[in-house]
Amino acid sequence: MNPPDASRALPRPALALVAALAAAWIVSHFSDRFDPYYLDVAVGAGINVILAVSLNLINGTTGQFSLGHAGFMAVGAYIAAAVTMLAGPSLVGADGGTSGQQSLLFLGALAAAGLAAAIAGLLVGLPSLRLRGDYLAIVTLGFGEIIRVIFQNIDALGGAMGLNGIPAYTTIFWVLAVAAVTVFVVTCLVRSTYGRGFIAVHDDEIAAEAIGLRTTRYKIVAFVVGAFFAGVAGGLYGHFKQTISPTGFDFTKSIEIVVMVILGGMGNTAGVILAAILLTVLPEVLRPVAEYRMILYSVVLIVLMLVRPQGLFNFRRPGNRP
Amino acid sequence: MTEFLQQLLNGISLGAILALIALGYTMVYGVLRFINFAHCDIFMVGAYVGYFVGRHVPEHTWWGGLIALVAAMLVCAALGVVIERLAYRPLRSAPTLNVLIAAIGVSLLLENLGQHFFGATPRAFPELFPVYTFQFGGNSGVVLYSNQLIVIALTLVLLFALRFVVLRTKIGTAMRALSLNRQAAALVGINNDLVIAATFALGSALAGAAGVLYALNYPSIDPLMGVLPGLKAFVAAVVGGIGSIPGAALGGLLLGTVETFVNGSEWSTYKDAIAFGLLILILIFRPAGLLGRNIREKV
Repeated sequence: MNPPDASRALPRPALALVAALAAAWIVSHFSDRFDPYYLDVAVGAGINVILAVSLNLINGTTGQFSLGHAGFMAVGAYIAAAVTMLAGPSLVGADGGTSGQQSLLFLGALAAAGLAAAIAGLLVGLPSLRLRGDYLAIVTLGFGEIIRVIFQNIDALGGAMGLNGIPAYTTIFWVLAVAAVTVFVVTCLVRSTYGRGFIAVHDDEIAAEAIGLRTTRYKIVAFVVGAFFAGVAGGLYGHFKQTISPTGFDFTKSIEIVVMVILGGMGNTAGVILAAILLTVLPEVLRPVAEYRMILYSVVLIVLMLVRPQGLFNFRRPGNRP
Repeated sequence: MTEFLQQLLNGISLGAILALIALGYTMVYGVLRFINFAHCDIFMVGAYVGYFVGRHVPEHTWWGGLIALVAAMLVCAALGVVIERLAYRPLRSAPTLNVLIAAIGVSLLLENLGQHFFGATPRAFPELFPVYTFQFGGNSGVVLYSNQLIVIALTLVLLFALRFVVLRTKIGTAMRALSLNRQAAALVGINNDLVIAATFALGSALAGAAGVLYALNYPSIDPLMGVLPGLKAFVAAVVGGIGSIPGAALGGLLLGTVETFVNGSEWSTYKDAIAFGLLILILIFRPAGLLGRNIREKV
């Protein structure tokens, strides 16, 4: 297994965060000069980066194989949409309010989305993180499906039809800013003293326990943080697509995020970011051969496991660590 | 009371199919210790083989139905062996997660190839076997369809055949040896590759049979039809105790019955969540499953 490590990939994360936020701000001021199609692809890529980086903390760094990330994304998408659609009109007025009010409302909605998803992550993590490997994979998959079925049965949130007419608050600035914050938080967490515990749990759970680390707590923290950002990504997704339905957050979506993490190299944040962007752009480029896209995708997954299991963008040799 | 009996009957016939699929999961897990995610898509291929063969044999005949069933079993057995050879054998010494991901890849590949070649639209499955309807206890009594009887009877036959193979034949003994300790089995001269291929062939043949039987009772097939029954069958295997053949059968029956009863109640919209709820409860309170052995972890 490749060493999960982010310390070399992103030097000086604080500086990088400020730079990324500034870049996001500048880009958003010129956004009307870009082709809207490219902007849409960029927004999609940004959301996928958030999802992949947050799942990477669970699957890559901590080594717990979760297949239910789309469930947390669903929680975030629904909660954020509920906040802006149900509570929004009474807070900023029915006409939508000023852009400043809208931004505050959206920020609140995203925070609520993240918190709700984090709580869901805690509820899912407490029972299931006692399991390992493929059992954990199947239980998280099950929880993801349960979350989806629950939303299918809440009529106030549209039931099986889903929610329509969500305000289009998600702009390129929001996506880039949240992606930057996600990468920053995850990188700092992994590089901190506390974060070494995640890597210890990944490398050898029994040894980690033997030196006095509370492995279950590390796993749950990773799970909750990962779920939080998945929820925020869900909130962004809902306000980008303007329509969400439970079937959009099924098992396939979870697999898609897992593939990004694997392709980038488990635990390698920079690689995962590249993979998330690649896997968003590639389908657009491959649009002329769209029928073969998914076939190609699955063949790539198998071949990757056979010849390059450490991921496409992981250039460090196993065992070669700082 | 009538309704209870009716639901019980429907539940048993659904459970029998789940049990057939669960057997494949449990056998592969027994020898290789990984979840063969592609198993549910082999089930789908079985249904399609039954469909294509079924169009070339006369409907409503016993021999026609049996030909379709046997063809599905043979094709699926071959498919299982090929998948094992190409995707899983090179990964035999790799970490479990890599094999799991490869299995997910194979599963996606089969689904997408299915959508490419068969089209995404559902197709109506032919009525292979003669159809009779039995009515017990007057007009409002219990209704029993011959297809349900066929499912239950064939499942029993296959279950006993499998039991015979695993307990009484040389290859079956080798399978059990492998599931106890792969290295020790190799040391006493068991050809691991051969036994693992045979395990895949047997498990996949059962999935193929399950595909045809499922399509007889729910006669609309599409390339993604395997996903949900597959997940539920896997849950059934875990509930029964993964690696245990009677456990898989018991888990399948239990899950099929519970789901059918939920489907008949006012909670019917939650039926797809029931399997996973049951799984989580089992794993919390009895992680080895109902009939599984608890293995202590050693450092």
